[in-house]
Amino acid sequence: MDLTLKIWRQKNSNTEGKFVTYEVKDISHESSFLEMLDVLNIGLEEKGEEPVHFDHDCREGICGMCSLYINGKPHGPQQTTTCQLHMRSFKSGQTIWIEPWRAKAFPVIKDLVTDRSAFDRIIQAGGYISVNTGGVPDANEIPIPRKIADEAMDSATCIGCGACVAACKNASAMLFVSAKVTHLGLLPQGKVEAKTRVENMVAQMDAEGFGACTNTGACAAECPKEIPLANIAKMNRDFIGARLTSENV
Amino acid sequence: MKLDSKIPAGPLAEKWTKHKFNVKLVNPANKRKYDVIVVGTGLAGASAAASLAELGYNVKSFCFQDSPRRAHSIAAQGGINAAKNYQNDGDSVFRLFYDTIKGGDYRSREGNVHRLAEVSVNIIDQCVAQGVPFARDYGGLLANRSFGGAQVSRTFYAKGQTGQQLLLGAYSALSRQVANGKVKMYPRTEMLDLVMVDGKARGIVARNLITGEIESHSAHAVLLCTGGYGNVFFLSTNAMGSNVTAAWRAHRKGALFANPCFTQIHPTCIPVHGDFQSKLTLMSESLRNDGRVWVPKDKATAEKVRKGEVKPADIAEADRDYYLERKYPSFGNLVPRDVASRNAKDVCDDGKGVGSTGLAVYLDFKDAIKRDGEDAIRAKYGNLFDMYEQIVGENPYKTPMMIYPAVHYTMGGLWVDYNLQTNVPGLYALGEANFSDHGANRLGASALMQGLADGYFVIPYTLGDYLAQNPADKISTDHPAFKEAETGVKSQIEKLLSINGKKPVDQFHKELGHIMWDYCGMSRTAEGLKKAKKMVQELRDEFWKDVKVVGTSDELNMSLEKANRVADFLELGELMIDDALNRNESCGGHFREEYQTEEGEAKRDDENFSYVAAWEYNGPGKATLHKEDLVFENVKLTQRSYK
Amino acid sequence: MSWLTDSLKSSIFRKLLMALTGLFLILFLTVHLAGNIQLIFNDEGQAFNIYAHTMAHNPFIQLVSKFNFAFIVIHVIYSIWLSRINKTARPVKYGYSAASTNSPWTSRNMGILGTLILVFLVIHLKGFWWEFKNDSIPMITYDGETMPNVFLVVKAAYSNIWYAAVYVVSMFFVGFHLSHGFASAFQTLGLNHVKYTPAIKAIGKGYAIIVPAVFALIPILIYIKSLG
Repeated sequence: MDLTLKIWRQKNSNTEGKFVTYEVKDISHESSFLEMLDVLNIGLEEKGEEPVHFDHDCREGICGMCSLYINGKPHGPQQTTTCQLHMRSFKSGQTIWIEPWRAKAFPVIKDLVTDRSAFDRIIQAGGYISVNTGGVPDANEIPIPRKIADEAMDSATCIGCGACVAACKNASAMLFVSAKVTHLGLLPQGKVEAKTRVENMVAQMDAEGFGACTNTGACAAECPKEIPLANIAKMNRDFIGARLTSENV
Repeated sequence: MKLDSKIPAGPLAEKWTKHKFNVKLVNPANKRKYDVIVVGTGLAGASAAASLAELGYNVKSFCFQDSPRRAHSIAAQGGINAAKNYQNDGDSVFRLFYDTIKGGDYRSREGNVHRLAEVSVNIIDQCVAQGVPFARDYGGLLANRSFGGAQVSRTFYAKGQTGQQLLLGAYSALSRQVANGKVKMYPRTEMLDLVMVDGKARGIVARNLITGEIESHSAHAVLLCTGGYGNVFFLSTNAMGSNVTAAWRAHRKGALFANPCFTQIHPTCIPVHGDFQSKLTLMSESLRNDGRVWVPKDKATAEKVRKGEVKPADIAEADRDYYLERKYPSFGNLVPRDVASRNAKDVCDDGKGVGSTGLAVYLDFKDAIKRDGEDAIRAKYGNLFDMYEQIVGENPYKTPMMIYPAVHYTMGGLWVDYNLQTNVPGLYALGEANFSDHGANRLGASALMQGLADGYFVIPYTLGDYLAQNPADKISTDHPAFKEAETGVKSQIEKLLSINGKKPVDQFHKELGHIMWDYCGMSRTAEGLKKAKKMVQELRDEFWKDVKVVGTSDELNMSLEKANRVADFLELGELMIDDALNRNESCGGHFREEYQTEEGEAKRDDENFSYVAAWEYNGPGKATLHKEDLVFENVKLTQRSYK
Repeated sequence: MSWLTDSLKSSIFRKLLMALTGLFLILFLTVHLAGNIQLIFNDEGQAFNIYAHTMAHNPFIQLVSKFNFAFIVIHVIYSIWLSRINKTARPVKYGYSAASTNSPWTSRNMGILGTLILVFLVIHLKGFWWEFKNDSIPMITYDGETMPNVFLVVKAAYSNIWYAAVYVVSMFFVGFHLSHGFASAFQTLGLNHVKYTPAIKAIGKGYAIIVPAVFALIPILIYIKSLG
């Protein structure tokens, strides 16, 4: 298949970017979206031009490194990661717009590569259970109802790609933060510091410059791991409760 | 050079306990005087960095990805072994030890493997305490499944995303220490050289991938937790960025590289579709618990299947060859990875392969769905089935999956002693980056176990032993050794940028991959290896004359990053070939066609090859072999048989 | 008290205030409708006038109405504040967006809908609430009690086709605003449950259709009546 690509090119974080149009030919419909970009890049390199920079690593939908806002949607038309998007989702002759995630908290580093370290800082603010290595009880000491474990797993499955932020009209990170708050908050081990966790993580989220949630649901609709919107409700509940009852004055 | 494995004396089961008592300790107040560099943030790296920081050491943690959470451990699907015996089915530390030694085809150290089995139980406790949501039974206790080659259910899992959950657990522990100020994180920073002062590892030189700046970092010890080198094959299940550079640069500085030819080919990967394919996707081999592997019995039918004239569902039971069940009645579809892989290659070489390329076999869930219902199968493998459908575009609930082996894991790596220290004092290698515990073949669900064992439970003890014996004085990065390393790194980068040839880096990588896969892959011959050695040499020469790297060194430049990595792969490839050529036997992941039983099984030569082949670097393509003899006091060496 | 000021600045508390004030306004809308419905009784406005008179002299209602104004102001101010923060969270806009594929239009345009409703509210208050306070309204006596005949003001207003039309169109805005706002408020309060959320969503949709529809029906009926 032949395609026209309109790709955001930006030299670095200090310069302005713009869309540049490229043509690619003879792309197999079986190849993945990133493999299509590989073909483009090899062509560019052969011509001595700089390849289009984009983040990617595992290419099996789990590391969360790939991003790309494709034809107006994070990770493109399918609810999956860009690396798992295949060219059979497109038609020959189509024009495809490819942009980086756009958010104040995710500044562009180069072309389609953005800095998502804000997510790391949010986790550092409390996305953990404070146990040191060793000295922990036997794994079967605390039974956890299967349903709770499964629900925690559904939230823990977040890959931290940032599609939720990219999809949200407010560039809000609520789905990402709530997934971690829900995962740890559901488990008995995580309840010990649940209040402090949600207070600190939300504070960090706000400090990073993400927008506020207006419940459009776009994040959950685009999340490649299908983190449910109910997580945000749970986080709201936990946060309001923690703010009113925790002893952190 | 005499290789001392430093295995403690005494009975097997007491070695680690005694060793833990015998190691020297660093006074709690003194720990904060020591700096430790940890390169890599996968299971081994993140767990080591977090655990060492908890103890009070100052840790600097490096990863080339944008976040420590992206390390490729995240992609492990199936599970993690532990000798908990929660299922009351006869498991024990000794059985896990025995299975691992046997599965590794008797090419690993008894002492290391027993320690691994011992601490496996602590890993599960640790991960649960961190909030890893392992699968549970209705009673609320942990669930287990049996996994590739094991006859007990000792594998703990979190859906098909166990690696992800374990890594996120380690990442959360790491994040906590970053917040505590005990770990300084350097993401998007790639180690490009090891710095040695007075014969000891004292730091690294790294490139900031965003600014291109070359930075020096000094410390009292350097831990390489940089994973495996499977990407030497270009197509593998590794992440695109997985590379050997950190380990290789350490090797060039004197660290020995052990058993490089031991590569594991994973039997259940999604088959290759075309020339521009960039990577192979693995599907957990837990699928083999319920899926049945088969190909059409006769070549004519297979031919029709390849042309799309016959659908797999239309092939009658009688016309199918469930070759693993036929050849290995007691293990059936659960034979170890190398056996399953080689058999798939054999049937495909025999003209019975399916898929458009003929390089695929079926993995059929029809009977399991009939037996347990589609919902039960979906609960177990739902995400794997979805992934398959996403990539291939076929519904595996309706039509059998197609699978083919792909390079997945490398058992070889930097040589380390019992303390995980390389032959360079102060330089350690953990996880897949070392060679230590899996011998010639790794059992399923043991990689996660080893990575976390090394990071959480071994290095905190053994590193202390080294640091306690070394002064806490800091070394400045202005030291000539750092300046020299920086100059070396910069000049290689300048060279790569100045060649300005015609071929992009990826082309070289692809060509290298083809050579390695064809001649140093699933089965090898002396003749083929000799040919491949020459081809790799030629390719390497061409690379340094004709590679095209665009862009500059002072910016984010992914072509340059790749070029640096491929340059190292081009040297490693040859060492793998040398090692494969040296090992005149077949064992585990190393299959030499000249050395096989009449039934076509791997034929070991314990008399002559029961050793670790550790190679010393003397320039590209020039390596000196050092042998560490393997001593077996607790297990009897037998020919593996899964009949 | 830094915890309180910090809380009020946090994104979730800002949302919370939007939700709480929004829910109060929804409640107010119901009470308001209960009064308005009396406009269509065929009693020349008696029921409505008595209702209006009672309301105006009930201290509790007067207090609530003060709160009501305060909540409207808070709802507006916080929405402006939130919108500004949300706008700055994405300084560079996408070149191509397909937001319609992942979220309802109303949910993404609450600000616009809210602004339109605010414009309507100003007209509405000027036309009725302000007028009612005016001394020039003719008085009427029922069962010995004299009160302003506010019904006349309403009737006069709705007999004007433009005024009635503005009122009816504005009710569409209110409906769209409610269609997202109702269930959204519950989500913000954290009241999300597999058992109840579907019901809340259904009630929200029903409320967003029925209440504005009945509100809109009143001027239409009065206008039709005025024709003949």
